[in-house]
Amino acid sequence: MNRLNQLFLTKKEPLLSLYFTAGYPDLNGTLNIAEAVEKAGADFIEIGFPYSDPLADGPVIQNSSQQALENGMNLHVLFRQLKELRKRVTIPVLLMGYVNPVLQYGVANFCYSCAEVGVDGVIVPDLPMYEYENLYKDNFIKNNLSNIFLLTPQTSEERIRKIDELSNGFIYLLSSSSTTGKNLTVSNEAEAYFSRIRDMKLKNPTMIGFGISDVKSFNKAVEYTRGAIVGSAFVKFLNTENAMERIPDFIRSIRP
Amino acid sequence: MNREFIESSLKWGVNEEGYFGDFGGAYIPEMLYPNVEELRRCYLDIIYEPAFQKEFEMLLRDYVGRPSPLFHAERLSEKYGTTIYLKREDLNHTGAHKINNTIGQILLAERLGKKRIIAETGAGQHGVATATVCALKGLECIVYMGEVDIARQAPNVARMKMMGAKVVPATSGSKTLKDATNEAMRDWINNPVDTHYIIGSVVGPHPYPDMVSRFQSIISLETKKQLLEKTGSENPDIVMACVGGGSNAMGMFYHFLDDEDVRLIAVEAAGLGVNSGESAATTALGREGVLHGSRSILMQTDDGQVVEPYSISAGLDYPGIGPQHAHLFKKNRGEYVSATDEEAMIAGRLCAELEGIIPAIETAHALAHLERMVFTGKESVVICLSGRGDKDLDTYMKYFDL
Repeated sequence: MNRLNQLFLTKKEPLLSLYFTAGYPDLNGTLNIAEAVEKAGADFIEIGFPYSDPLADGPVIQNSSQQALENGMNLHVLFRQLKELRKRVTIPVLLMGYVNPVLQYGVANFCYSCAEVGVDGVIVPDLPMYEYENLYKDNFIKNNLSNIFLLTPQTSEERIRKIDELSNGFIYLLSSSSTTGKNLTVSNEAEAYFSRIRDMKLKNPTMIGFGISDVKSFNKAVEYTRGAIVGSAFVKFLNTENAMERIPDFIRSIRP
Repeated sequence: MNREFIESSLKWGVNEEGYFGDFGGAYIPEMLYPNVEELRRCYLDIIYEPAFQKEFEMLLRDYVGRPSPLFHAERLSEKYGTTIYLKREDLNHTGAHKINNTIGQILLAERLGKKRIIAETGAGQHGVATATVCALKGLECIVYMGEVDIARQAPNVARMKMMGAKVVPATSGSKTLKDATNEAMRDWINNPVDTHYIIGSVVGPHPYPDMVSRFQSIISLETKKQLLEKTGSENPDIVMACVGGGSNAMGMFYHFLDDEDVRLIAVEAAGLGVNSGESAATTALGREGVLHGSRSILMQTDDGQVVEPYSISAGLDYPGIGPQHAHLFKKNRGEYVSATDEEAMIAGRLCAELEGIIPAIETAHALAHLERMVFTGKESVVICLSGRGDKDLDTYMKYFDL
């Protein structure tokens, strides 16, 4: 049982998680942002580690990754910064990024470093289920890390069941099949997909991500799931003037 | 056509999980999974269908102009003191081997009911070959091309537009082939139902590397028959090809993989020199990692960020190689070497002067390696002349001040 499992067990209200890219807009701002996000009332945090070729991301997160790399961010720097994590942040923290930097760091080392600094889970969208299950799962379990899988409207029922079985934490529902940064279009089709998943009564809770940027999209998301994740809209916000002081306003603009 | 053109090597081919030894797989986000899975489930059934093979064969013959000749290059042979044959993929419609694959994939896309075709391109050869088959079949075509490459390959951009394709500049990252590939994958994520992505090389998630190499395997299938007619033996001593992602090389090696007395030589682009910092010699400079959906060898930093390659030839300017090549390299079935910009340019000009054939600069890298080889005089060597140099005239003119 990690902080993430605990959160889903104890909190009954709709959850809000924010994503931001480590090292953006400033190399050393990672923990300051995390701390401010917790103070402003978010329930958990996803910290992105940058990659040169983020093919599932739209322009906003691509740009933040490139900027973070230019600022000197990498996994070694990030884990050094996160040594202070648990002195300053108490809510669950996930790391999110692409598989190649993790492979070069070493999957076992990566999982160990996550546990050491107090990270609770990992989202690696291009780590396939087959490789996770057969090669890497033990490292995650040993370090008490939740591995978060993604679902799209096209994911088959059989595959959803398999993902549910392999998951421990929550399942990340993509609001549509798209790269990050698009707006959630609430169509009959999307609602049918959300209710289909809800009616499957999965053992893991679900969160909706991709396209959540305001109260309306947040409220729509939590009709069907435990909460929502805001990424691109927050990354974009972080690059505006006095963003750090206005993080509470940002959160209110999503969940009043 | 019989089935042999698509039978893969048991020893060197792909396994059930989509791997060649340690390399391959499908490292893709969930958003791409349904597309890739549909393809994985269907591709072999479709390409084994007699009706598919009949149409593929007809188009290769009547539209592409196959079989491409195997030409005994006497003056090159004399210069290097051995027997050299050129497999003339440059004589194909659109001027390179790329069309073998796009014909195969457009027929596949049709059978999957796709209405919209996307592709990435570096030098523009694959983009042109894709635009061509889309015009042939009346399908919408969108080609992603790095902004930098659009500027340096203007004639190919015009050719694609002539055939009705939309050319979309890739403006992220280094604005070259790698970024065009990212953009095409993003397009596919955003259009999961009606779109087929025609990848141009033996790269990408399984089943692409296997599928593309099967479509390109016609090169070595024909070579065997042609050699048998010319020499009484279907195997040469050596086959050679240039490698960027590696599709012409895979096609050239394919039916020789199990004939282990045939040496397979793959020539990468060393750019300004392997250790100059301006190179695309992936096997010399790369390490194992994941790029564009498969585990292979790629040029990267210690931190796992992909390094921008350099070569004078836009078609070899890629930081990885196909997973099957990575396997052949690791298991020493293939010899992976490199040639610099300068060596390639000189070899390209030499081929033009000695044989009256102006090769693409990509191809010229394979020819350049002849300079380093020592022959006894008894060897027969087949080189895949993967493309013609018309698209490169500007570069040749500037380089030689013609």
